[in-house]
Formats: sequence, structure tokens, C-alpha cells
Amino acid sequence: MPYIPHTSVDIRAMLDRIGARSIDDLFDEIPPELRIDSLPGVPEALSEMDVSRLAAERAAADGRVLNFIGAGAYEHHIPAPVWALVTRGEIYSAYTPYQAEASQGTLQIMYEFQSMIAGLTAMDVSNSSLYDGASALAEACLMAVRAHRRSKSARILLPATVNPAWRRVARAITEGQGLALEELPYCTEQGTTIPGSLARFAGQDITAVVIQQPNFFGQLEDVDALTRWARANGALVIAAVNPVSLALLAPPGEWGDGGADIACGDAQPFGVPLSSGGPYVGFMASRMEHVRQMPGRIAGRTVDTEGKPGFTLTLQAREQHIRRGKATSNICTNQGLLMSAATIHLALLGPAGLERVARACVARTRELVAALGRLPGVRAAFAGPRFHEAVLVFDRPVAPLLESLAAEGIVGGLDLSRDYPELGDALLVCATETRTQADVETYARALGRLLSHAAAA
Amino acid sequence: MLTRKPEPLIFELSRGGRGATAQYPAAEEADIPASHRRRQAPPLPEVSELQAVRHYTRLSQLNFGIDTHFYPLGSCTMKYNPRACNSLAMLPGFLGRHPLAPAATGQGAMACLFELQEMLRHVTGMAGVSLTPMAGAQGEFAGVAMIRAYHRARGDAARNEIIVPDAAHGTNPATATMCGMKVREIPSLPDGDVDVAALEAALSPATAGIMLTNPSTLGVFERHIVEIARKVHDAGGLLYYDGANLNAILGKVRPGDMGFDVIHMNLHKTFSTPHGGGGPGSGAVGVGKRLLPFMPVPVVGREGERLRWLDERDLPQSIGRLSGFMGNTGVLLRAWVYMRILGAAGMRRVAEFSTLNANYLLARLKEAGFDAAYPGRRASHEFIITLKRQAREQEVTAMDFAKRLLDHGYHAPTTYFPLLVPECLLIEPTESETREELDGFVEALVAIKNEAENDAARVKTAPHTMPVRRLDDVRAARQLDVAWKPAAA
Amino acid sequence: MSMIPADLRYTKSHEWLRTLPDGSIEIGITDHAQQTLGDLVFVEVPEAGRVLAAGDACAVVESVKAASDVYSPVAGEVVAGNDRLATQPELVNRDPYGEGWILRLKPAGGTAGPALLDADGYRADIAAGG
Repeated sequence: MPYIPHTSVDIRAMLDRIGARSIDDLFDEIPPELRIDSLPGVPEALSEMDVSRLAAERAAADGRVLNFIGAGAYEHHIPAPVWALVTRGEIYSAYTPYQAEASQGTLQIMYEFQSMIAGLTAMDVSNSSLYDGASALAEACLMAVRAHRRSKSARILLPATVNPAWRRVARAITEGQGLALEELPYCTEQGTTIPGSLARFAGQDITAVVIQQPNFFGQLEDVDALTRWARANGALVIAAVNPVSLALLAPPGEWGDGGADIACGDAQPFGVPLSSGGPYVGFMASRMEHVRQMPGRIAGRTVDTEGKPGFTLTLQAREQHIRRGKATSNICTNQGLLMSAATIHLALLGPAGLERVARACVARTRELVAALGRLPGVRAAFAGPRFHEAVLVFDRPVAPLLESLAAEGIVGGLDLSRDYPELGDALLVCATETRTQADVETYARALGRLLSHAAAA
Repeated sequence: MLTRKPEPLIFELSRGGRGATAQYPAAEEADIPASHRRRQAPPLPEVSELQAVRHYTRLSQLNFGIDTHFYPLGSCTMKYNPRACNSLAMLPGFLGRHPLAPAATGQGAMACLFELQEMLRHVTGMAGVSLTPMAGAQGEFAGVAMIRAYHRARGDAARNEIIVPDAAHGTNPATATMCGMKVREIPSLPDGDVDVAALEAALSPATAGIMLTNPSTLGVFERHIVEIARKVHDAGGLLYYDGANLNAILGKVRPGDMGFDVIHMNLHKTFSTPHGGGGPGSGAVGVGKRLLPFMPVPVVGREGERLRWLDERDLPQSIGRLSGFMGNTGVLLRAWVYMRILGAAGMRRVAEFSTLNANYLLARLKEAGFDAAYPGRRASHEFIITLKRQAREQEVTAMDFAKRLLDHGYHAPTTYFPLLVPECLLIEPTESETREELDGFVEALVAIKNEAENDAARVKTAPHTMPVRRLDDVRAARQLDVAWKPAAA
Repeated sequence: MSMIPADLRYTKSHEWLRTLPDGSIEIGITDHAQQTLGDLVFVEVPEAGRVLAAGDACAVVESVKAASDVYSPVAGEVVAGNDRLATQPELVNRDPYGEGWILRLKPAGGTAGPALLDADGYRADIAAGG
């Protein structure tokens, strides 16, 4: 019996102690008409060896590809110690630190994570993770509505340059509470939000403005101008940031005059593999004055009865297990394991390593855009500074090109024709430090062949 | 035994100029204009690779985990997390794949996810499954959002009340509020079942649905479930099944057969994916026919031999997306491994042996003089003992017992939940524990009970052997210190 | 045993009321309430000028294990919240009927709120498990 240790002697002795004749008797409070004897549709058991063979076949079928997509999930080198450490049973198989005295390891890692996120974003406080970047943005919108007492409108300005998947998630999660997420247009030359487009909202009750930096196109927004407008007009600022970029870019806490109010994003680039979509690790930081409106677990440093320093979950009265229907969120379990991976990853990189990674990302993307932009019928869509993603515009539909590239083991980017039809045949590409100059050349050669082949045909 | 030596913060180990340089890529030029630049490097630690490895290894050693300790945390199903689930989910082909890469490059992982959808559908008796919710609470959100969408699609938008029993997890009312619903709480009877008369009184044309956990958080099976389902449906409401306790009934009875319209499953409980120190979870949802069009996207679909993600274009009435991509895929792959190794017969054994262990532990604790909260009832996979007698007679509380258990090498059960049972311990042993482990736990509780009678102070000041003594929660909240800051230059 | 001053009025939800010489009403939570909640770690007080209906939630008292709303027993306009509680929530534990007051309001008059109890009535209500 896989993972069940009972011998027949155990079973008999235990039933005797209970005073039951059979294990089936233990289910005698379930109405008989509801009980089932079999599970058609569920296959029979396999041994670990058999499942391993099946899994290995399927994983091998998915193979190893050369990836040039980012769009919210980024391929970075993960230092070997990261997963060796987080898969230690004491981290991997523990739960939420409800018994603080037996969970000081998890609690201290949470505190260190919070400190790193607060430091990276230059915000006062951070929670110890949310599910992912998309849901963190949704929670940030809800938090802004709670935190901004004087604003009654629950109107949030959400630029079209924010990751479209994140915008969809924000809508799905905030819809029930009646938030109005209103889109802001972008400049089709620069690929950034037009600060002037805010003018028509002047004098209106706007709860918050979302700013993504770098934005979905990889372009750098004029965060100072947008933040200044928001502050002058009584709106809070929600920053959605890629944490790797914060090694080089101004942190949300220093935007405009006085900084953002809430910063959120996905810490997946720190120690978390692409893993076909998750689990990733959302984060959220804010000004101290809003900490009681923050969702999610928070670890705090305190002392024990002997005055020795230690850590415990704090501000729990915000949470669902105490405040129930009036909680800041329904979140309970978050992303502890990935939070630990991110913390260890950042400890290993440190400020110097993280800056090297960020610089390598910028350099590799610059080379990628240059190499692909030299091909006939391909050009960069936007001028202006960017981080590690870029939009390329083609003279023909990109979907067939992507399919052909995939057949050569190259994942060439994300087709934007569905989310941004106004851009024409546009492709979002990304190169991190994990791509070499040779990788960039491989991609450019393959794409060049496809383009000339198609032109000849 | 856990060390009592405190471990400094990683920041306190930092020395300017030190680093794990094997992890650094080559130095390169980045053309970021000055106006966008960060002025001061972020305050991250500067440590060697060995320092980091030793620091986090030591921190891990300050924890209890399932791999090191019996962890009978009620309502959390802390069963063994098979190592195969981890190693197979981390095969490079699964791990390296970008979620937006063409479906043709992900047929292997998608085959596992499709099988998982199908297996979950069958074990719960539902018509469809979406794997995207990233935790139980998000599964709850998806469920209530679907109920809301269903009523709206029928032009029945006035239904804005969700009925929740008083024993429910806090996530239930919190979820209803997030979905813009009003919460109506109904009481439980002294035997632990829902008060059906109170339910009838609460039902109205405003009823959108009811959220139930069955077996309930009181550790007993709701015997009137068929009648409850009929009454709620007759009133025009739908039934939501909180899958927190699915472990108790896996393969024995299916929520779909009980009359539930929508359920969430906690894959990190029932299907043994790791708890990870508080996540990642996974809260897959199953729906009956009525709610199929409203499932959160994406869902794995099959077209002949090919698999692809169904999205808003396939399910235009969907409540939408809850995660940036397709949910916690790595968790889903772990659950797939677990289910394939267990198979259909193994599923049934989960319920059988978790229930056997719970009832055995309850019987032994009753013999030893502890008070069951619901003495006339069978335990499900978990049960409650109440220490209100000990609290009255020796002024030793459930929290004191919990802390003293740590000294005996057992993680404490869930304390002070459900809220309606005073001084309670909610105990869930799971199927993966041996009889010897359960016997040891009984002996520890008996020893603490005796100690409470003879030396209450010793119990009230526990733990005595952990890395820290009881922590000052009040100070933690009043003098909030939630982030290390570098000393001002 | 908790203190229940004879000169105040009370609600079943454990607020107390004191009429000040200028006719405004001071509101706080009772000694019994603070004992039940335990050490307070946070009190959210309303801003001056906020207009309250009788029965409105107007403040939040929070301990480590619980959070409760404070309900205004009468209608009126908030004259002041006790700003000292922002940094010293423990005043409510230490002196619930004095320095631990939560808000003062100018009663709107006329509208009858929830029935108010005198000290004996409140004592009986607590004894009955209220």
C-alpha cells in the first residue's frame, strides 16, 4: 500500500481499540445511498519506477528549446544551492508557521525576504509573498481602495502597457467588489503611457494609478511624471515592477516626488524555474501607513519571554482566520517555498551579482534587437530606452514564423496580434543573461532563413 | 533536537565586497539613461556561497517539518510528501518550458495535466475541472465567482447572499465578501451537524448559495447533506464544497453525488503536494454541468491526439483568469505523480486509513481521560478534543498543551479552531503515520495532562527546549519590525 | 471582575457613553470588553467631521488574536477621535473609561439608537453571557 504503513496486525488491533469490526464500519454515518465501491476513470496504481519512466518520456518529449519569451516569466540562471536548500525536508515539508517556536527557520526566511523586497523597492514594508505577479496586482488594486479613505470612486487607471494577462486577472478578481479599472492609451512611437493622457482625469476622484516598469513592451515609462500627476491629483500610485530591473532602475519608493504607495510584482526571476507557468511568487510592498491594509502573511521580529530575539507572524488581525468576512483578503496559504528560493537566490547574488544579471539582460536584448532588426521586413517597434524585452514589427504575420521556429527548437517570442492588433504583426522578444551571443546569432540565422525562404516562395 | 543557538540575519553576515562570485555573469554595459537609474545600490547582503548555504541550512534546522516530526495539524492534512513527486516534477523538460511557448512544445506536460483533470473529475464526481486556482482560497474565490456569474447569466442578479455555517474556515466568509456577496451565518447543532431549521429560515430569494465543508471542520460527516442539498436547490441556490477535508472521503463518497455544484480541492492537502512552509498550494475547482461554461481559464482541452489550452474564446462566459499563466503547474505535476502511484485503490485507502488513524487516536485519548468535543460521533479523518475542563481546573489552556507538545517532539495540532469549541485541539493524524507514532503522541498528551495536574507552571511556560521560548506577539504588533534596514550612513 | 462605573451608560455590544458638560458624548469600550480582547495593539479612530448613524461601525479595536468593530450607540457628528491611541493603544487596556476614550461626537438628537443600559443592566447582561 503506497505510503500507508499499516500491517494487518496493526489494523486488527486498532479496530479492536475503536470497537469496530471493519474499516468500512468507520464510514457508517455516511448515508448508504451516497457510498461508492469503485472509482471508474481513475487508472490503477503504478510503481514509482513506472511513473518515472512515463514522466521522463513526457518531459523528454517537451525537450529543451532556446527560449526568447519573457512576458511575465523569465529564464534566469538558478544557483545550484537554491533548490538543494529549499528541498530540505525542514523547509519543503513544513507548513505556515502557526507554532512560531517550532518554525523559526521559516519565519526568519520570511523576515529576510520582506527585508530584501523592501530594500529593492525602497518601500517601508513588504509581506512574505502572494500567489504571483498578476494576482499581486489585483490585490494591490483592492488594497488601494481600502487604503485611500477619502476616495469613494474605486476608479483605478490601468495603462494598456501593463501586462494584458495581469490586467485580465485584476479584472476577474476585483469585479465582485465593483472596482472600475479604466485603460490609459500609449504612444505608438515610444511604446509608453502618454503622461498627457491623464489630463482628462484632472479634478476627478481617482483612487489609484497603476504604473508598470519596465512595461509589458520592455520600454521604460516616465514613472516620475506619472507619479507626480497622481500625487498632485490625490491618487495613490501602484507600481508593478520586475525586481531584476531594480538593480539598475529607480525603485518605486523614489519615483516622482515621494514615491509610489504600493509596489508589487513577481519574484519568479529569483530562483524560480519557468516550470510551464508556476508556481511563481508574487510580492507586495507598501508605505508603513498602509500596512494594516496589506493582504498576506507578515513575519515580525520580537523577543521571547527571556528577552531573546525571535520571529512570529504578526498583524494577523488583518487576516481571514480572525476577521473572516472583513479580512483584507481571503488569502491563507501563499508561496512559502518559492519565497524561500527567492531569498536564497538574492542572498547569493547580492547587490553586485544582481547588477551583473540586470546589465547582461539589457546587453543581450540590445544585441537581439540589433540582430533581428537587420533582417529584411523586421524593425523595432519603439524608440526609447528599454530593459530586457522589446517589440519587433514584421511585414507578415508572425504566427507561422513562430511555428516554424519551434520546429527548429527555438521559441521565438510572443505574438502580440491578439492583445495589440493596432501594432500590426508584432512580436515581443526577451533575452536574459542565460542567452549567449551565439544563441542570438542562432535565432537571427534561423529567422533570416525563414524570411528569405518565404520571400522566395 | 533543534539547536537553541540563534542564527544572525543574513544581513548581519554581510561584508562589503564579499560575494558568491561563481554566480555572477560577465560584466557588461547597460545603456540605461541617467534619468531612469537607481542612485544607490539595493541593500542586499554580501556573503560567500558557503556562508549562504550554511545560514539557510541552519535556519532549516530551526523548523519542524513532516520529514522530521509528526505534524497532526487539523484541517491541513500533513501527510508524507513522496519525494518522487518532487523529482519528477523537476525533470528539465517540464522545468525549462516557458508557459507561453507553442502548445506543440508542451504536449508532455499537458498530457499529465489533462490526466490530472480527468482523475480529479472522477474522484469528485463533477462534470468538469479547471486546474488554474493557485491555492484553496483562490479555488473558493473561483467557486463563488462562478455561482455569482451563473445567477447573473440567468438574469437573477438579486441573489447576493452566501450562507456559511459558524464552523466554517475564515476563508469562506472572506471569499464571499471578495465576490461582493453578503454572508449569512447559520449555527451548528450540539451534535456537530448543520441546524437544518436555521438553514431553512435563512434561505430566501436572495440566496446565491451555501458553502459547506463535509466532513465539517468539527470532524464529523454532515448526515443531512442530501436534505440540505435539496432545500438549497429548491430555494434556487447552489452548493459549494470546500475541499479542505476531501482526504476523509476520497474514493468513498463523491461531492458530486452529494449534490454539490462546485468544489475546490486542496492539492497540497489531499494530493500530498508539499506545504513548503506556507505554500505553494493549488486549489483546482470541479463543477457540475450548470457551471461548466463559467470555469476559470485556461483549461486543458483535447482535439483528437493534440492537447491545447482552452481560453476565453472557447469559454466566453468564463469568470476569467486568476493567474498570470495557467496556475501552479509544478504543483499540479506533483499531484499527478501522486495520483498515478496511488491509483484508484490507493485513493480509497487514503480515506480508509486516515479515518482509521483518527478514530484510533480518538479512542485512545478518550480512554486516557480526554474529552471529545463530539463524543457520540465517528471521527472523520480528524477530530476535536476540548481542554475546557483542564483550563477551568488547572488554568492550563489548549495553547499551553500545544506548546508543551513541541518539547515532546510533536508539532501541535490546530488550536482554537473551530471557534465554537472552547479550548480545542483539532487533530488530524493522516494515513501515513504508523500506530507507534500515534501511541507516542498519546503518551505525550497523557504526560502533559499529568504534568498539568502536578506542575502546571511547567506546562504554562512551555516550550522549554525549542530555539526560542514563547514570543511576545503583543510587542511584535505594537513595535512593528518587519524589515531589516541598513544603519543610516 | 470588571469595573462598571455607575455614572455611565452602556450598550450590549460593550461600548460606554459619557455626556460631557458641553453636551457632546464621549464613547469608549468597557473594561469587560478590553479584558476579553486582551492587550490591544491597534485602535483605528474616526476622523473629526464624519457623520454617523446610530449603530454605525465607527472604530476598530485590535488585539493579537481578535479584531472588533466599535459601534456608535447614537447618531451624530464626530468631534474628535482620540489620536493618542495611534501610538498608545494600551491606554484602552490601562484606563478604558478615562484616557482610553475612543471618540467624541455631537449628538444629532431625535433618532433613538439601540437601547442603552445603566450599570446594573450592563452587569446583568454580562452575567447572562452577553
